Amino acid sequence: MDFYLGLAQVIGVHTLLGLSAYCVLLTGQVSLAQAAFFAVGAYVAAILTVIFKWHLFAALGVSAVVSGLTACAVGFPALRVKGLMLVVATLAFGEAVRLFFFNFTYQIQAGELKIGPHGAEGFRQIRYFPEHGWSTFDVLMFIWLMVAIVMACLWWLDQSRAGAVMRAVGEDEVAAHSSGINVTAVKVLAMTIGGVIAGIGGGIFAHYTTHIEHVQFGVILATFAIAYPILGGLSNVFGTLLAVIFIQGFLIEGLRFLGDWRNLLFGALIVLAMNLRPRGFLDAGGVASLKRMLFAGKESSGA
Amino acid sequence: MLDLQGIAKHFGGVHAVDGVDLTVKRGEILGLIGPNGSGKSTIVNLVSGLFPLTSGRILFEGDDISDLPSHARVGLGIARTFQNIRLFGQLSVWQNLWVAQNSRQQRQEVFFKRWFGGSAGVQAEIERTLEFFDLAHKRHELAANLSFGEQRRLEFARAISARPNLLLLDEPAAGMNAEEVDQLDARIRKMRDDGFTVLLIEHHVELVMSVADRIAVLNFGRKIAEGPPAAVQDDAAVREAYLGTR
Ligand SMILES: Nc1ncnc2c1ncn2[C@@H]1O[C@H](COP(=O)(O)OP(=O)(O)OP(=O)(O)O)[C@@H](O)[C@H]1O
Ligand SMILES: [Mg+2]
Repeated sequence: MDFYLGLAQVIGVHTLLGLSAYCVLLTGQVSLAQAAFFAVGAYVAAILTVIFKWHLFAALGVSAVVSGLTACAVGFPALRVKGLMLVVATLAFGEAVRLFFFNFTYQIQAGELKIGPHGAEGFRQIRYFPEHGWSTFDVLMFIWLMVAIVMACLWWLDQSRAGAVMRAVGEDEVAAHSSGINVTAVKVLAMTIGGVIAGIGGGIFAHYTTHIEHVQFGVILATFAIAYPILGGLSNVFGTLLAVIFIQGFLIEGLRFLGDWRNLLFGALIVLAMNLRPRGFLDAGGVASLKRMLFAGKESSGA
Repeated sequence: MLDLQGIAKHFGGVHAVDGVDLTVKRGEILGLIGPNGSGKSTIVNLVSGLFPLTSGRILFEGDDISDLPSHARVGLGIARTFQNIRLFGQLSVWQNLWVAQNSRQQRQEVFFKRWFGGSAGVQAEIERTLEFFDLAHKRHELAANLSFGEQRRLEFARAISARPNLLLLDEPAAGMNAEEVDQLDARIRKMRDDGFTVLLIEHHVELVMSVADRIAVLNFGRKIAEGPPAAVQDDAAVREAYLGTR
């Protein structure tokens, strides 16, 4: 049972990470910096609850803001480059952040122990949940509540004009510019929203794992982050959720018995999935046929 | 309304536009013609701000707009279409128009309403535009799934959605059949009657000759003639430019 609770937690947190990349990808940006924003959120939130004894919710709020500001600051210079150059630039930024935490030590004495992040050893003893009497189940509920809130917000954004404008920028920047859209502002804003979401995800991650260190926030995590929305499709937020369940639940856990062969199959399955559904699991066509199945006969409404 | 003063654009050694003076007067339809590669699209790209000028300046309503970014020019009232259609293919027809509502008046709407609400006024405006371009029955269709003629109409409609004063149309009739060209002709006239100013680039000689009030002719990035359609048609330099390149 604990195994499934743990898996459900991983899926929830990775969904937040995937949604942060989804938001950026809507504007056509492939960013490998999402794991870095996630790391910033994790360290900030953990420092606030452990060292400053803040309430978790306040700490998550601040980690969201700090990650968002970091993303905004990255957005301005990074978005001057496009396509592959952006991938490289955000990758470099992500590595820089990881190395920063590799060297980052900020500890205080608490009784016998020293607490706080300690360079390469990482940040241990993030014990907010057990100290405040949260059960594993409570934590799980909290994670999925946050996932639900973020998904609802993004869903609403998607339906709004702002969402359509983001997609327009992702489709064709020149046409968007010539239709009066401030492309730079839209891209930086998307990056900022992505940073906020990643910050929340990272903050939660730090507290349920209780121990964070720089290696957790490397290229692998950044690749996962962007793989979720690419594999899931950009039609709506549920694609990303499906992709996380597929990758974390099926590929990583379900195929663990294969040992080293898993990684091989892992790559092959993703390639296969992308070939079968080049626009992701949930593309516009897929959504339309789902709607037809669910609401057979009824006219679909909405713009 | 629009004043091009000695504008030039060089791509490396290619002098795509090489010192052109041109004035578009309020309320007129100015036809811009010329052989392939004579710099017509480049002029539209310069006026809409896709890339910077090599030299010269562009005045709109008396103000120098040479250094403004594209989106700001749309806000001032300059909208365009593309020679090779550029729609937001994965957005619906309706969304394509919604996204393009970026005029000065539309910008004054309350922030929240503008970005997250769909006010009744906005919806009605989109519906009117869809009616005018005969696209109302396609409003939920993805732009990428439209036929070629419909895509051309949608692009025209999208340009109108920002309530521009000046419209730059880059070969709107390209690839259209005779019936569609007639409809386009009627729509452009209607636009002028509604107070739009139009810079019309066109290879379709009949169309330009019939709707344009004045015509300017480009060849190798320079203006070689300008005047009423009949006069331009008889101009010796124009005849030579066309015959010489064919
Ligand atoms: N972005 C660019 N980079 C390099 N050269 C360009 C660019 N855009 C246009 N040119 C060149 O500038 C010249 C003028 O091109 P332009 O597209 O303005 O011609 P046009 O009059 O619109 O022709 P057409 O009737 O074929 O549309 C051409 O020689 C073209 O190759
Ligand atoms: Mg052209």
